[in-house]
Amino acid sequence: MQLSGADILIACLKEQGVDTIFGYPGGAVLDIYDALYRDGTINHVLTAHEQGAAHAADGYARKTGKVGVCFATSGPGATNLVTGIATAYMDSIPLVAVTGNVGLSFLGRDSFQEVDICGVTMPITKHNYIVKDVSELADVIREAFFIANSGRKGPVLIDILKNVQTQLADYEPKTPQSYRPKEISLRNAEHIAEILNECERPFIMAGGGVIAADAEKDLLAFAETLGAPVSMTMMGLGSIPSSTPLSLGMLGMHGTHASTKACLECDVIIAVGTRFSDRVALSRDKFAQGRKVVQIDIDAAEINKNVFVDESLLGDVGTSLRAITPLLKRRDRSAWLTSCLERKKTDVIKAPIEAYKILKAASEIFPANTPVATDVGQHQIWTAQYYPFEKARQLMTSGGLGTMGYGMGAAIGACFGSGKKKTLLVTGDGSFNMNMNELSTMVTENLPVVILLMNNTVLGMVRQWQKIFYERRFSQTTLHKKTDYVKFAESFGAKGLTIAREEDIVPILQEALASDGPVLVDCKISPDDNALPMIKPGQTYDTQIDTME
Amino acid sequence: MQYTISALVTNKSGVLTKISGLFSRRGFNIESLSVCKTEDPLLSRMTIVLNGDDYTLGQMVKQMDKLIEVKKIMPAVENESIYRELLLIKVSAAPEIRNQIVEIKEIYKAKVVDLSPNSMILELTGEPNKLDGFIRVIQPYGILEMARTGVTAISRGEKCIKDVVSYEEFIL
Repeated sequence: MQLSGADILIACLKEQGVDTIFGYPGGAVLDIYDALYRDGTINHVLTAHEQGAAHAADGYARKTGKVGVCFATSGPGATNLVTGIATAYMDSIPLVAVTGNVGLSFLGRDSFQEVDICGVTMPITKHNYIVKDVSELADVIREAFFIANSGRKGPVLIDILKNVQTQLADYEPKTPQSYRPKEISLRNAEHIAEILNECERPFIMAGGGVIAADAEKDLLAFAETLGAPVSMTMMGLGSIPSSTPLSLGMLGMHGTHASTKACLECDVIIAVGTRFSDRVALSRDKFAQGRKVVQIDIDAAEINKNVFVDESLLGDVGTSLRAITPLLKRRDRSAWLTSCLERKKTDVIKAPIEAYKILKAASEIFPANTPVATDVGQHQIWTAQYYPFEKARQLMTSGGLGTMGYGMGAAIGACFGSGKKKTLLVTGDGSFNMNMNELSTMVTENLPVVILLMNNTVLGMVRQWQKIFYERRFSQTTLHKKTDYVKFAESFGAKGLTIAREEDIVPILQEALASDGPVLVDCKISPDDNALPMIKPGQTYDTQIDTME
Repeated sequence: MQYTISALVTNKSGVLTKISGLFSRRGFNIESLSVCKTEDPLLSRMTIVLNGDDYTLGQMVKQMDKLIEVKKIMPAVENESIYRELLLIKVSAAPEIRNQIVEIKEIYKAKVVDLSPNSMILELTGEPNKLDGFIRVIQPYGILEMARTGVTAISRGEKCIKDVVSYEEFIL
């Protein structure tokens, strides 16, 4: 069957089961958009900006576990995807970004809207392609999906020249290549089991790899058999339910007391699907000093990269845990476990900040397992600390890149990914201002997204660091915005609400929940609240602080 | 410490950029890098000499192995590999000192490949330290310019890079 390049693209996307695309048309993708129109079976979500499309595809991928897909035109369309692609790359999120480019005869001549997007995205993609020959297109698309969603997942970009979109080539449908992770080393699994069987105070740190591998059940079974407490990195939140007694909450710079102490006092750290980022390990030399470390990860380059480990197991997290768990000997470690769980009491907040009260009320009022997206800043830390995540893929947050402006797109993607379920976005006034244009997308699509705008009139996290490290010189962190967010929401066709006093919280959240489309809730909170506890960058876990004094 | 790494990579445009981009991004310090055709038209062979320690070697091999373009990768094992480099060196050689230079090149088994009234070009192949030694001896006569290919390496015996299943045979 002879098809045009654009039709081949659509056919190959359907082979991969793509049902939703986030994108923005333009000159170099006109043929692709025409093919999409003629086909008519794939839902295309038109965002306000290509960055929103990239974040939406990312949010969709995080929510569903499928590969997110976004489209953009050449030049500025393609460069607008860059932050979104980098965000997905840092958090190992499977994404296929399709861009158009100028035709072959215009390539390399600084033509209108020409940019070498493959060159630009080289360091932030798992792989990228520029397709100059239509006969290669179908296999490139298939390979791109395979690469994005296998091994350590990540974004792949396909740049398709304009002439390739119209040229004809033979097309034969193919079923997607199935992925079987490399076999794990049973010897290493046995070594790990030996270490664990000998240890007295095991401590599990679970990262985003557990969620990427859909290994939550395996993690829980492993932890229960071992009798070990589990802390989660921000990317790992939801990998075991926060209501499980074994959960100690988040670990790292803003981790709980319980996590921090358990990590300090354990004799073996079991790192599962986590890369010891500097926001978790803080000091890579001292993080695990005096304790043994075993690491389970799918990416060989992560073994011994930041923290040297005593034993490692390379491969799919679920397969690995299923191999180790039966080798574990039941041992009574109840004293250790009890002392870890006991400490959760010290994490109970005596004087809760306003954001905490709002988040707590939201978690009680909104249905269980509501998808929650965040932006980046203090509100993100508060959400990670206080919102009780019960399921994997419940939280969409930019961990590695820390992308302010991620939330709006991510909430759109997560909402579509959940089948248009009620979705929460927790954002701040700094982050919201970066991509607030996407409120129009939420309105157009009538998405039931409730945006909790933690409006403290400052760039709270940067300001917090200015308090700690710059003697309260608040350089450019006071926003002085005169924006009326309720009117702003209403002008976009969304509902606008305000929480200004504690007694507003419950009724306003209930009203937001009962509303149909997008709701923006302007939550007026203090500029002086901090994200605590905190361990300063590069410091050790025993230096955790609870106050800013 | 210096390490030599051989890799088979897809013979497509942009591959060298991807690999050199990886090196600069991750701060790997490269002594030399050479690329050539292979017996398979779809593959090129790269030989990289890395300055670093075991940690950098491990990271470099593992990070390179993740690139889709890198099909095979193996660090050279000392004493089990042949290393060669080619040097072209243009020396100032007035007629009265020419004999001295010819004497040196005899010892090193270099070749004279060009002669002009006041200069000559010598060609020498060998392990890098042999080239270094030769250059040191020639230096006093005045080096006008020189070009080195960078090291290329191949393992001894029947085992070929294409038979390598995983770099893990060489690196933990």
